[in-house]
Formats: sequence, structure tokens, C-alpha cells
Amino acid sequence: MSDTPTDPSGQAISLTLNGTPRQLQVQPWTTLLDLLREQLDLTGTKKGCDHGQCGACTVLRNGRRVNACLTLAIMCDGDQLTTIEGVADGDSLHPLQQAFIEHDAFQCGYCTPGQICSALGMANEGRVRSRDDIKEAMSGNLCRCGAYSNILDAVEATLPLIHGGPRP
Amino acid sequence: MTPFQYSKPTSIDAALALTGPQARFIAGGTNLLDLMKENLDQPEHLIDITGLPLDQVSQTEAGGLLIGALVSNADLAWHPLVEQSYPLLSQAILAGASPQLRNMASTGGNLLQRTRCYYFYDASTPCNKREPGSGCPARDGLNRIHAILGASGSCVAVHPSDMCVALAALEARVHVQGKAGVRQIDFADFHRLPGDSPQRDNQLAYDELITAIELPAPQFSQHSHYLKVRDRESYAFALISVAAALELDGDNIVSARLALGGVAHKPWRNPAVEQMLQGRAASSESFAAAADMLLADAKPLAHNAFKIKLAHAAIVRAFTEAAATGVA
Ligand SMILES: Cc1cc2nc3c(=O)[nH]c(=O)nc-3n(C[C@H](O)[C@H](O)[C@H](O)COP(=O)(O)OP(=O)(O)OC[C@H]3O[C@@H](n4cnc5c(N)ncnc54)[C@H](O)[C@@H]3O)c2cc1C
Ligand code: SF4
Ligand code: FES
Ligand code: FES
Repeated sequence: MSDTPTDPSGQAISLTLNGTPRQLQVQPWTTLLDLLREQLDLTGTKKGCDHGQCGACTVLRNGRRVNACLTLAIMCDGDQLTTIEGVADGDSLHPLQQAFIEHDAFQCGYCTPGQICSALGMANEGRVRSRDDIKEAMSGNLCRCGAYSNILDAVEATLPLIHGGPRP
Repeated sequence: MTPFQYSKPTSIDAALALTGPQARFIAGGTNLLDLMKENLDQPEHLIDITGLPLDQVSQTEAGGLLIGALVSNADLAWHPLVEQSYPLLSQAILAGASPQLRNMASTGGNLLQRTRCYYFYDASTPCNKREPGSGCPARDGLNRIHAILGASGSCVAVHPSDMCVALAALEARVHVQGKAGVRQIDFADFHRLPGDSPQRDNQLAYDELITAIELPAPQFSQHSHYLKVRDRESYAFALISVAAALELDGDNIVSARLALGGVAHKPWRNPAVEQMLQGRAASSESFAAAADMLLADAKPLAHNAFKIKLAHAAIVRAFTEAAATGVA
């Protein structure tokens, strides 16, 4: 059992972030989203609502899409995390990222990292069969610019390439 | 969030030993952290239960299912035995929240999620559920999403869960463990009506852990339907939801179950309505009679009279869909 009474520097956790093992000190009340953005400067993951209502903070935790704003960092001890910064392969974009550009699937781009991580998580789930399925399965990601139809096009076009894993 | 102490026990006994009035269990965190961010709940100690061995779905000797409290909503909805034998439960879960949230949310946590009443979520207003005795601004305020059944002078909130509506219709049992031992609670008795103590949503004590949900042997795998009506097509709480299940012999109803969500402080069911349906034809007349009877005592507030008509139509539609499913 692990207890954290009052250590001001927080508690040690280890996790694998975008393929790299990391040892970190976190306070119990730090969310995964704040750890990424404030402590690790990984600002690709966005804070929209901070209450699970928009999906801008979507990341992959052990391959499953989750809302980082409602996840405590300390509860990710031992986990594998993938954020938008870990999706490309060096300088070559992931096919889904490429498809977002080709299909003009964003305007301001604020929701885009969450949309992409969510689509990767959806592919890992392997449950969608139709365009309508994709629509429902992507409903946890809001887009205030209303780029939905182009997002849907990008995801639908890439799905055959990414089904079953974050990398083709 | 107000700072708190964090523990991650690896046994149920160790978890129970840490309980106290200022401690909370945390599973998916999707409701608790949401409330803690607004300081609507300020526990001094979080007991992370995700290390406990409560994440399995297994078959019972009675032919039913035992669902561990930590099974995620997504895993439960997509479990082959649930999809096959309890499609009503799969449908209800998949109608709730978002894929991300369903990956995080646990079976136990889903039962204990708090109401979505706007005033409950706004710490600057009074609310009897948050601060007993402070008043209920929803009664005479904005109450479009509030209760039409079972409400009291002190609270008109509704329970927001979809999964629980299906569990009520399926007559699940809640397995609970406390320092004093284990007990089982019928689903119908688990959640409470507000009465004059709306601060208590259910029968669970703070030092009790939900360990599992038990489903009886499947009876309605052929004919069931979960219908959810909401302000947008996805990612929204129910205005009205209906869990309808039928056992049919040709066109005749052998047995029926009916539970409503979005209408009361708990999933709303009346076994007398289900008995009335026994032996009748599976027709829109029978379904309308069931709706009349279940809604006979419904009382509207200023902004939610539409819910009574909507619930009536939704009941007839859900039963009609249920009767049609599984028919080749
Ligand atoms: C934006 C949003 C939309 C949503 N939409 C829907 C919807 O449409 N339909 C729907 O049904 N739900 C919806 N939800 C709610 C969601 O389903 C619940 O938040 C979730 O099921 C809670 O489970 P959890 O494991 O995350 O609970 P937690 O947040 O971890 O815990 C909730 C409460 O349960 C207690 N607890 C947890 N596990 C146990 C246990 N085993 N024993 C005893 N106590 C325990 C905790 O102490 C806490 O008080 C939505 C949530 C959000 C944020
Ligand atoms: S309806 Fe219940 S939860 Fe809402 S303000 Fe009234 S007492 Fe609070
Ligand atoms: S920031 Fe997490 S869901 Fe909106
Ligand atoms: S592109 Fe602006 S929010 Fe989606």
C-alpha cells in the first residue's frame, strides 16, 4: 500500500510516455492533463472544459482513450500513455494526421489533438462498421468550429489503415 | 481541488480499514473528480480501489452473471455474455456518456453518481442535497430536467444513470462489503426517494464497498429495448429513458419489465404494472395501458409537464421495439 501524507514534492510514479520511460513526482490532486501541460510542457493535449464534457483532453492510456482532465496522474503509475506528441513517427505524420490536413478537418485546431487520439482509441476498440457508427463513436469530441463533416471524412478515409493499432 | 491524502490498498480489508466520513473511494473518478474540482465534495482522503481484484465478469450457479464493481462501463457493454443475454444492459450503457468516459467509469461508480441538477452543481446556490436544510431552488426555479414522480418538498432531483435503469428492470442485486461483513441489496431498494433527507441518494454507508452486481439468469434476451430521449442525439443525459423487456409466447405477454430513467430520484418501476401486462396481447393498447398506470401519479413542475407525455409515448415505443426485436 502506498500513502502520501505531506511530502511537499509529491509522490514518485513511473510511466511510459510516448514510448519513453519516465520517473515523475506528482501531487495526488494533480490531474493527468495538468501533469502533461504544466509539468511536462506537452501542451498538445488541450484543456477545453476540464469536466469531461468536450474531449479536447483525450489521450490514450494503455491503448484506451480517456479524458485526461478527469484522470489523476498518480493513478497512472505503471501505465503506457500516448499523447498527440507521440502519434507521428519522427518527422513523418501519422496517416490520420495527414488525412486531417487533406480533408481540411479543422479550423482553429483546438479540438484536433483530442479528435485524433480519440479516433486512434476508436480504431483500437475495433467496433465501428459504418459512417454512422463513426459519428456515434466520435461523439465524445466536440468541435466548436463545427468541422464535424470533414473530421468524419478524415477518420472514415483512414480507418482501414489504422484499424487495430495506433500505428499502421 | 483541495489537497487530500491518497492511498492505494491492494485488498478489500485494507480498503475498508481506511474508510471514514471524510474519505472516499475512487474508481474511474469521472464523477468524484468532477465534484471535487468545484469543491462540491472535499474529501480529506482518497482510497484508490483500482488495485482491488474486482474487475471480472463471471457466471453464477443460478445461471446469471456476477459483475465486479471495477469492470468498466465499456467492457461491460461489450462483454459477449452481456451482449448475448442482456442486450438491454449493453444498450443502456452505450446510450450513456461518451466512449472515453465509458472506458474510465466503473460499474460500482455508475450507481453512485450524483444528480445533474443545475443547483446541486452550483455552490453559490442553496441545495438541500448539498447542504441539508438550505432549501431547494429547483422547486420554483428552472426545473425542466427534474422529477415528475416520487419527488418531495425538499428535493425534485432525478438520478442520472442510464445503466441503473436497465439494472432495475433486470432485477439486479448489489453485493456490498463492510467492516461488519457482506450484504446484498435488491436493486429496487438500493437508491432512495428524497423524502426529507435528500442528502442521501442510496442505502450505502460510507464504510461500505460495492463489490459486485449480480444479474439473475437471463429472461429477456429476445425482446428488450432501451430508449433514451435527450436534447441532442449523443453525449447528453436523458430527459426520459425507458428500459422495456418482454417474454413472449407468440403475441402474448408471459412476463414484462418496465423501468424509467430521468423521472425520479431513482429508476422508476412498479411491479403492479408488469403484472397487469401478464397474459395480455403485446399490442399498443396494452403498452398504452401500462404507460397510463405507471404515470398515473406523475406530477409536473413548472417547466417539465412535457415529460409526462414524452414518457407515455416513449414507453409505448420502447415496448413496441422490444416486441419486434429478435423476431425473424
Ligand atoms: C460529461 C459527462 C457525461 C455523462 N453522461 C452520462 C450519461 O449520459 N449517462 C450516464 O449514465 N452517466 C453519464 N455520466 C456519468 C458517468 O457514467 C459516471 O460518472 C460514472 O459511471 C461514475 O463511475 P466512476 O467509476 O467514474 O465513479 P467515481 O467518480 O470513481 O466514483 C463515484 C462515487 O462512487 C463511489 N464509489 C466508486 N466505486 C465504488 C465502490 N465500488 N464502492 C463504493 N463506492 C464507490 C466514489 O466514492 C464516489 O463517491 C457522464 C459523466 C460525465 C462527466
Ligand atoms: S432538486 Fe435536489 S439537488 Fe436540485 S436544488 Fe433541489 S435539493 Fe438540490
Ligand atoms: S478538457 Fe477534458 S473533456 Fe473537456
Ligand atoms: S477545429 Fe476549432 S474546435 Fe474543432
